[in-house]
Amino acid sequence: MPARLLQGSDAVARAAIEAGCRFFAGYPMLPFTDLLEAMARLMPAVDGVCMNAETEIEAVNMALGAGAAGARAATGSCGQGIALMQEAIAEAALNEVPFVVFNMARGQQDYFQATRGGGWGDYRTICLAPKDVTEAVEHTQLLFHLADQYRAPVMMYGDYLISHTYMSVDVERRDYGPLPPKDWALDGSKGGTGASRQIWTWAMGKANDPGPGPDRHWQRIAGKFEEAARAEQRWEALDCEDAETVVVSFGTAGAFVEQVVAELREAGHRVGAFRPISLWPFPEEALADACRGARQVLVFEVNAGQMIDDVRLSVGPLGVPVRPLGRVSIDFSGMRQGEILTVGWIRDRVRAAMEEVPA
Amino acid sequence: MTDAAQKKVASALAPLQLSGEHHLCPGCGHPVAWRLLLEAISELGLEQKAIGVVGHGCYTNIVQLADIDFLQCLHGRAPAVATGVKRVHPGAAVFTLQGDGDMASEGLAEILHTAARGERITAVMLNNGVFGDTGGQMTAASVVGQRTKTSLEGRDAESHGYPVPVAELVAALAGTAYVARGAVNNAGSVAKTKRYLKRAFELAAEGAGFTFVEVLTMCPTGWFLPTADGPGYLEGTFEQTYPLGELKGSAGAKGR
Repeated sequence: MPARLLQGSDAVARAAIEAGCRFFAGYPMLPFTDLLEAMARLMPAVDGVCMNAETEIEAVNMALGAGAAGARAATGSCGQGIALMQEAIAEAALNEVPFVVFNMARGQQDYFQATRGGGWGDYRTICLAPKDVTEAVEHTQLLFHLADQYRAPVMMYGDYLISHTYMSVDVERRDYGPLPPKDWALDGSKGGTGASRQIWTWAMGKANDPGPGPDRHWQRIAGKFEEAARAEQRWEALDCEDAETVVVSFGTAGAFVEQVVAELREAGHRVGAFRPISLWPFPEEALADACRGARQVLVFEVNAGQMIDDVRLSVGPLGVPVRPLGRVSIDFSGMRQGEILTVGWIRDRVRAAMEEVPA
Repeated sequence: MTDAAQKKVASALAPLQLSGEHHLCPGCGHPVAWRLLLEAISELGLEQKAIGVVGHGCYTNIVQLADIDFLQCLHGRAPAVATGVKRVHPGAAVFTLQGDGDMASEGLAEILHTAARGERITAVMLNNGVFGDTGGQMTAASVVGQRTKTSLEGRDAESHGYPVPVAELVAALAGTAYVARGAVNNAGSVAKTKRYLKRAFELAAEGAGFTFVEVLTMCPTGWFLPTADGPGYLEGTFEQTYPLGELKGSAGAKGR
């Protein structure tokens, strides 16, 4: 499939459909709205379903139902809408129903929400944060694969820039290898045969085939997330080998930081960039490796300081100082409510921090 | 109970029922409602098309006891979840099972929107006017005067407001093809309720629209009554607030 110039939301919708997504439910909210509109436009041509859910709570529960019925399903929102979805995201993690949540966030203020979540129980959510539309297309397809592989809801952390930027991209289906059959999905066909199916957070099973019950069921799920924590760390490290200063950032902010680091490298500064691509699992060891020779670690995020907790957990044992460089900016949401984010602003802050670098 | 009586009960499993053992209280109406549901599914030959989406309450236990596909979901959300299931498997007989706490209290938005969309499913509400599973607190469907652990002197409209008649609300929506309210407190009502359930499943299968059956059930434990008083209390109080019968889409009615 040749590359086409597409708006990010359109590209993500097309990539989702290429990945086999046939059910989508959403409720409008900027900057997620464009993805909902794209799905409503594109789904009928593939006999897919796009639901105008009446609340975000209904949207995520519809996706849960579709996922339980065996479809590749997705929903999405941002901020407050994702907050309303937390109950069902946790439930789906615990009753093992896969679907994808496209979190087209208003800026980066929802890092805790995305990586910690607000649902109940021992669950985690695999969360990928693309830096641009090309990566968003790749992540979209990978996320459907990971959801099915781990039988769990997974999340993309996108934003206004992912949603609205035009890039030339190829959305064609990518093969991430074989998956186990969905022999657990509900289709009603086994009723009365003694082999009817059940999806239940408590995993009590049937009278003729008792399940493990909640304790053992949740222990197994915890083990599954431990495995994901080891196997699914993704990151990008740039010029960190000899760096005295490592700048850590995520998502689209990472694209700005890459540019800053490239410019400062050219000017002779020993500076590197590290970008966690998976926000959960956070690439702890890779970040520690990238910072082993550094004299300071700077964290640039467009919020009051959230990912910095994970950075400190990762590099803490090295004893390298970790300093926040970011700030809250509503403008990053695309709402034109504050100063625009620029490479120059970040470059000035990094340069100033390098001048203050501890001996 | 004599050995003979126990034997009789044990031999009377409903179709698709895997076990006669359940955790429900003596005098509870839910097992009667389960039986009607399973008989309706079986008699219509829907065993291998039925997918149940069940909320949280005493009735949830049915997912262990019945040999059909079940998805147990969050409190209040069953109609939204069932929508996802039905849209993926349009040929399946998708039904929801919720209590009045689940539907009238926690999930009123979901049931109304699902009805308005005309989803071709059958939603069943077991209404006993009380949170039985948590031990007897007031729900949005508790009737005026009903004593619960959180309305000790009886539900007082002045301070607790009025009960929500979900069936009447659902019947007012254009997406709804069929609405009926039955009960399980005497043989006549039991027979009618089964007819309501069968008609609801049939109309949903025909694609007529959303179908809804409310079943008034006894909860002597949650009503703080002697077991044997449950059926009479249901008739004397609940049936006054929630009149029985077909509210919309009866076989004799013109149009829907």
